[in-house]
Amino acid sequence: MNLTLHVWRQQNARTPGRFVTYEAHDISPDMSFLEMLDVVNERLIEGGEDPIAFDHDCREGICGTCGVVVNGRPHGPRERTTACQLHMRSFADGDSITIEPWRAKAFPVLKDLIVDRGALDRIIAAGGFISAPIGSAPDANAIPVRKVLAELSMDAAACIGCGACVAACPNASAMLFTAAKVSHLGLLPQGQPERFDRVRAMVAQMDAEAFGSCTNHEECEAACPKGITVETIGRMNADYVMASLTVGRRAARLGDSGGG
Amino acid sequence: MTVSALALRANATFIGSTVGRKVVMAVTGAILIGFVFVHMIGNMQLYLGPEALNHYAVFLRTFLHGAGIWIFRAVMLTAVVLHVWAATTLTLDSWAARPQGYRLWEPKESTYASRTLRWGGVLLALFIVYHLLHFTVGSAHPDFREGDVYHNVVAGFQVWYASAIYIAAMIALGLHLDHGLWSLFQTLGLQHPRYKRYIRLFAHGFALLIVLGNISFPIAVLTGVVK
Repeated sequence: MNLTLHVWRQQNARTPGRFVTYEAHDISPDMSFLEMLDVVNERLIEGGEDPIAFDHDCREGICGTCGVVVNGRPHGPRERTTACQLHMRSFADGDSITIEPWRAKAFPVLKDLIVDRGALDRIIAAGGFISAPIGSAPDANAIPVRKVLAELSMDAAACIGCGACVAACPNASAMLFTAAKVSHLGLLPQGQPERFDRVRAMVAQMDAEAFGSCTNHEECEAACPKGITVETIGRMNADYVMASLTVGRRAARLGDSGGG
Repeated sequence: MTVSALALRANATFIGSTVGRKVVMAVTGAILIGFVFVHMIGNMQLYLGPEALNHYAVFLRTFLHGAGIWIFRAVMLTAVVLHVWAATTLTLDSWAARPQGYRLWEPKESTYASRTLRWGGVLLALFIVYHLLHFTVGSAHPDFREGDVYHNVVAGFQVWYASAIYIAAMIALGLHLDHGLWSLFQTLGLQHPRYKRYIRLFAHGFALLIVLGNISFPIAVLTGVVK
């Protein structure tokens, strides 16, 4: 296949970027999208040019490292597919492909197609964990978990943190990401003690990172390579309202019953 | 002593948070949606003739010894101000969240109603001002008679461009309600996969009902059904 690529090139976070057009010749339809970029980069290096910088790691769709906007769709045209699992057979010979980085104030471009997604890490650090006493591993199944809640929790936990939801959102909102991280712990018994503190802390961090806010376009759900639905956002909103209504209620605070 | 390592940012407040402002928008939106419905039902008395409609107007101005309308106006004004405040601040924040846009962008799940929600809201705010000047204050009315609501409606809508403004505004209101009504359930977390399509259908149906009900008034006047 022969393709024309319009790629965002940017030297670093401080210099302005621009689109550069490359011709990609003799591309196999069996290559992944990233392998196609590898081939283009090999030729750029041979020609003494700077290769196109893009993020990638596992290349099997589970790590969340890769991600570019391909022809106006995060991770490209296929549903529930990361850029590394997108194959060139999804395109036609002679196609023109525009490749852009995730666009959000909270995701500054580091170089070309690589953005800094540290904001998502800081949201997790604000509350995406449970506090548990250390010691020997607890007995399996010691805490009963309702099947449907285990499944819903796993659905939310499928989030790989790639940031496609932010990239797809017309408001550059990180609510689907944050909601997934709030949900997968908040649905399980182990996540209950900190459930309401968690949602407040994570939403506060999300806001502090200067993401936008949800207007229910549902573009995030359509772009999510793991199929996380906007129901998680509704669940986060409900938890946030409940948490805000009950904040400061002493009896509900973890640790108050310790008795000294 | 607390076991948890969770610590909230000191300056985080409910009303300052994005979710909190969305809740303000949803709750005030629900109040305004309730008003829009009752307003339409009340105005249906246009079809019962001058006496019924003018009596209804007297009732609105005198219930609770005249205090009722002022309580109602205070609630409406508060709801509108909070709704616009939440919308404006959230919109500006969201615009600032993407300083550089995409060269190519292909919407997939968003709808015309969802994408026009903000500017539709601005249009509705302008329409409300016109509507108040037209039928409440009367300064934008060609032949306003204090207390004769029936005459004011008929004479007002006989001006074709006034009717056109109302019909266009009601279509904008329909789009706003179509996305807004569904959104408020989502924002308040009143949602479940099984009920989602019913909530969507309810929003579509409610928006359509309001549009058809309200544009029937100018059309009835223009076609001479009401005169």
